[in-house]
Amino acid sequence: MDEKILVECKKLQKFFNTPRGLLHAVDDVSFKIPREKTLGVVGESGCGKSTLGRTILNLLKATSGEVLFDGVNIAGKSDKEMLPYRAKMQMIFQDPYSSIDPRMTISQIIEEPFVINKVLKQRKERQDRVRELMEIVGLDAFYVNAYPHELDGGRRQRIGVARALALNPEFIVCDEPVSALDVSIQAQILNLLMDLKDERKLTYMFITHDLSVVKHISNNILVLYLGKMVEMAPSDLIFDNPVHPYTKALFSAIPIPDIAYRHKELQVIKGEVTSPINPPDGCRFAPRCPFVKDGCGQAAPEFRETEPGHFVACHLYN
Amino acid sequence: MAETLLEIRDLNVRYTTDGIIARAVNHVDLNIEAGEIFGLVGETGAGKTTIALASMGLLPRYTSQVEGSIKFKGREIAGANENVLRDIRGKNISMIFQDPMTSLNPVFPVGTQIGDVIKWHNKSLSKAEVETQVDEILKMVGIAPERKREYPHQFSGGMKQRVMIAIAIVCKPDLLIADEPTTALDVTIQAQVMMTMRNLQKQLGSSVLLITHDLGLVAMFCDKVSVLYGGEIVEHGALEDIFDNSRSHHPYTVGLFGSLPDLHSRASRLNPIAGLMPHPAELPAGCKFHPRCPERMEKCQTGEVGASSSGTHSIKCHLFA
Repeated sequence: MDEKILVECKKLQKFFNTPRGLLHAVDDVSFKIPREKTLGVVGESGCGKSTLGRTILNLLKATSGEVLFDGVNIAGKSDKEMLPYRAKMQMIFQDPYSSIDPRMTISQIIEEPFVINKVLKQRKERQDRVRELMEIVGLDAFYVNAYPHELDGGRRQRIGVARALALNPEFIVCDEPVSALDVSIQAQILNLLMDLKDERKLTYMFITHDLSVVKHISNNILVLYLGKMVEMAPSDLIFDNPVHPYTKALFSAIPIPDIAYRHKELQVIKGEVTSPINPPDGCRFAPRCPFVKDGCGQAAPEFRETEPGHFVACHLYN
Repeated sequence: MAETLLEIRDLNVRYTTDGIIARAVNHVDLNIEAGEIFGLVGETGAGKTTIALASMGLLPRYTSQVEGSIKFKGREIAGANENVLRDIRGKNISMIFQDPMTSLNPVFPVGTQIGDVIKWHNKSLSKAEVETQVDEILKMVGIAPERKREYPHQFSGGMKQRVMIAIAIVCKPDLLIADEPTTALDVTIQAQVMMTMRNLQKQLGSSVLLITHDLGLVAMFCDKVSVLYGGEIVEHGALEDIFDNSRSHHPYTVGLFGSLPDLHSRASRLNPIAGLMPHPAELPAGCKFHPRCPERMEKCQTGEVGASSSGTHSIKCHLFA
């Protein structure tokens, strides 16, 4: 590939110790995100998507594996060593209600990155920049001295975006940035994120459980199930031809707002996500899989290429 | 024509706090007939839940004012006393709440919580009979009856929502109000819960008022739809009326559909509605939607908008008046 890779994960693992055993939140995840592309990470609650995002940014220390940012391994770097990288990699959080400090004004929140990174030492400079950022994300300058509780969810999420943009990052992890918002506001924020990506040549990792959003915004899509990579492919390919039984089930469970699909029975997969604590060997989807066969429970399936660019981990295709 | 179960006429609900009056529901008319699934669509703050709570007589007594009439099979609910309401709730109308995590009582086993509803409405039943009914209903919603002695925290979100459904349908209500029943759940679990609900609805012949913001769910499950904005029904029709692109629609409905990313085509940009939903304490004069409407006219800013209808389809907008 001649595309320049900005972020690369190699066999990344993040385990948590719990009283009941080792929780495999992210298990052996490898992928590359080329510059100016978006990787959509999809999965249900508990599949490790948010942990993956945080581990990549080194907000959580990886148990093993590497995260290469522009060729440099940042996994395991100390907070101090991370400082120059933090400016280049930012995060937009899911919940606009709890991810900003209620006791800081909007301008304090947006200017905090400048203070921490000791750029723009003059107060005046910082304030100009804050106003500029607010304009970029579509927040009226009127709110510059307001507190977060005065704003609604959509505007708060714009603050989150402005704060993430403050230091001109190259890479942003968006962790469910629109799932707490109403559809009409959700569309406004999605448009904003896409415009910013084009204008500022950003690279995104977009974490979501909403498949229609992910298709809309991503170049590549990675499906996770219980910390494991299940399927990865370019967006169109995976939607036209999902291969893994879990991906198929996930896609067919989406209700489509079109009455032409009314009589499509939602394909229901049985059971629920099993525990990620001390997971058994073998395919983690096996207990719910409609196509389970002998051997699925014994060995973990390999992650293989079934067609160019399309990877899947399933014994049916090995 | 099917029997009308719930008939709401000119319903207005206001909440008063610290002298601020929030007009949550304004002049809403609604008819739910026996055996149908009725979808009520709208965003946060549109008044969906308020309509549901009013229909159950569950609005807070001292901070809310209800005007208008809500009749269930001809019996007036608005302003009815608590004894009448207790009789209706559970047996005639019951409700599934949005958040299964907080609407079950954490200190009682789920079997007890289901049994309580049965006992209230059938005082003559023996303990053993109640237990049998609990087992039956758990089986119907897809939970092993052995789990009835477990507490809510031992269940997953999807399973808790099934327990809620069990509680709601155990007395075979005529009308089931489902307030965002799957919003807190993952899609595969949402599919399980919705299919369970639809199958039970078919078996029992109940009507369902499905409150949701998800147009996908509406398309899959509902027969009729009302779109709510600023506490008013701005568009109403049979499912085919609302989801037919060739017909004209209220600009808000158009905006809602434009906000959804399409799974089957790859548009580069969405077409969201500009601006925000007004707070119910600061609703604009005239058409509630006019400040955000791309097609607003002079006359939209003042006065009431009448509904214009053709057949089963009605729209409250000056464009079609």
